[in-house]
Amino acid sequence: MTILIALLTLGGLTLLLALMLTIANKKLYVYEDPRIDVVEGMLPHANCGACGYPGCRPFAEALVKGDMLPGKCTVSSEDGRNAIASYLGVDAGSEEKQVARLSCAGGLNVAINRAKYEGLGTCRAEALVSGGSKGCAWGCLGKGDCERVCDFDAISMNEFGLPVVDEAKCTACGDCVEVCPKDLFSLHPVSHRLWVACKSLEAGDAILDDCEVGCTACGKCAMDAPNLITMANNLPLIDYSKNHNTQVPIQRCPTGAIVWLENNGNVVKGVEAKKIIRKGKKMLGES
Amino acid sequence: MFNLAKNTFKHGVHPPENKEETNRLPIRQFPFAPLIILPMQQHIGNPSQIIVREGQEVARGQLLAKANGYMSVPMHSPVSGKVRKIANVPVISGQMVQGIYLEPFPFSGQETIEGKPIPLSASPEEILRGIQDAGIVGLGGAAFPTHVKLKIPEGKKCEYLLINGIECEPYLTTDHRVMLEQADDIFMGIRYLLKATGAKEVVIGIEANKQDAADHLVGKIPQDLPVRVQVVPVKYPQGAEKMLITAIIGKEVPSGGLPIDVNTVVVNVATTAEIGRLLPHGQGIQERVITITGPAISKKGNYLIPIGTPLRYVLEQVGASKNISEVFMGGPMMGVSASSLDISIVKGTSGIVVFGDNDVKKTDKIYPCIKCGACVDACPIFLNPSKLGILAKFEAYDSMAEEYNLMDCFECGSCSYVCPSNIPLVQYFRLSKGIIRKRKANIQQKTNA
Repeated sequence: MTILIALLTLGGLTLLLALMLTIANKKLYVYEDPRIDVVEGMLPHANCGACGYPGCRPFAEALVKGDMLPGKCTVSSEDGRNAIASYLGVDAGSEEKQVARLSCAGGLNVAINRAKYEGLGTCRAEALVSGGSKGCAWGCLGKGDCERVCDFDAISMNEFGLPVVDEAKCTACGDCVEVCPKDLFSLHPVSHRLWVACKSLEAGDAILDDCEVGCTACGKCAMDAPNLITMANNLPLIDYSKNHNTQVPIQRCPTGAIVWLENNGNVVKGVEAKKIIRKGKKMLGES
Repeated sequence: MFNLAKNTFKHGVHPPENKEETNRLPIRQFPFAPLIILPMQQHIGNPSQIIVREGQEVARGQLLAKANGYMSVPMHSPVSGKVRKIANVPVISGQMVQGIYLEPFPFSGQETIEGKPIPLSASPEEILRGIQDAGIVGLGGAAFPTHVKLKIPEGKKCEYLLINGIECEPYLTTDHRVMLEQADDIFMGIRYLLKATGAKEVVIGIEANKQDAADHLVGKIPQDLPVRVQVVPVKYPQGAEKMLITAIIGKEVPSGGLPIDVNTVVVNVATTAEIGRLLPHGQGIQERVITITGPAISKKGNYLIPIGTPLRYVLEQVGASKNISEVFMGGPMMGVSASSLDISIVKGTSGIVVFGDNDVKKTDKIYPCIKCGACVDACPIFLNPSKLGILAKFEAYDSMAEEYNLMDCFECGSCSYVCPSNIPLVQYFRLSKGIIRKRKANIQQKTNA
């Protein structure tokens, strides 16, 4: 008898609650486009934020709604973007791939350290102590904060302590731009091959004491390509809205501060640029 | 009057003082360097605006740059000479800022241009403007514009004026010598400050290791001034504004608040002397007293050095040894280690401490936190540096700011000093504070946009 009461009570309660859940499920149902799940499945799940949305799911919602085009996702491959575009029946959109570029070429073989830094081994910590050990006030400190923060292994430090960006892996998420205490990274379309690899505001030979590849603000590049380049704050400023597919400005640069970046990661310097053959670290006072 | 049992704050540390080598040496005038380098950003706030041009000849005391807004001070020429160029100059923060290269005339003298005097009968606003026009900033090291600090906000009342003669930093004897040699200027400055703030009572706080200065000042107190001298026990960081208020008035400045929230204004003793010396003549600040000491210096002493003298020249003149390892601008606890000798003396430089190769203990390995609690016992504002250090390591910046009140930390360095595991706690905190401030600014920018 006791068993029966228990069974009836619990069974009745189960049925009642099940009924309530069923009603709630029908009444309170929120329609969600099933395509969002599908599109999200096709996205790379990097959640990097390069598209401007907090993650891949909000971006998928925007795609389905039609606010965005799949091309905005720089992380997925060409095929992946086209797959999403054909699934949604929209244009893939032609977002030009952007990459992070470093405005410094002062590795240990060309730029001196005025002091020896001891303390926490991050760039941001070093920059707090009197600006860090580097002779040049604007130069890369080489402690590799950008390498550590990069989620895509696109940045590696070379033998001279300078970060090298792998253009194929870089998704232009902007984490390295954020983390660099000297603000040396910026995001640029890959077609920007003409590049000023220096951020020193110093004019004249003063910079050469600290770094052999610094910009001396001689203005030769601006003279050779007057429409393309202007000198601002002792640095060449390239107007990328003009035709910049030319190697003319780099030819007469005496230090190789303005360079041509090739597809395969090679850096082309002008014919007049000083040749750097030093393989080891540059010491204070060495010329 | 000299009750040593209380009159101090809780926690704190006792680093070796090392003051006895310079505290008996009188202030000596320093020669003019062959080239004076004046950065325009010597204070907290907007950089000064240059009003001279290249090639112009200027006299000692002439205005070189005017204040750019309220949160800024002007710059005066420390020497008679010629403006060689206006260009970027290095400063201690490692940045390059706009500055003036001045070439003194050979045999240029000490005589200084005088401006419009500010009499004691002037109104508080006129006195504050006079203080700004004289280019006076906090000479204790922070270089905060003094006229901004003295401006009493609407609805607040200033009752106590604390003159900070604590000088708790090891090695430094700048304020000690100023109190012994410039007592009249200090009391003149106090008259101006009383007028400007409307305070009822003045207390000069001095640590017990400067008893001679305290006795000297007590003997000099003018009859008509409500001044008393309070000697407090030696402890670091007693010279910090908030600690000094706790030690002398016994009140605690609320978290995120200012001294005026407990009706107090704190002014450094050297700043007070500068006000008392400059305002009656309408002059601007041209030089300051700096203690140069440390094991690697042969001619240690207290020097009156023109602002803008290059550090390299200073070290040459005082006989620094060849194998310098570290140069601290300020004291060894809160000062900054210079990364380049090309910087120059600025208004906020209270001392230069130089160590040679053999005097500096090289950084050992950083060991894990053993949770001994030594830093918790040392922290003068009752934070938990141990927990904060662990959070900083894991980059939990939001938690540090909101749950553990990181932003109250004034980076005195007591926690790093006592840490047996060599954890660079203060560096962690400075880094974290910078990141938190940057994030806040970003959020602010986004909400405004």
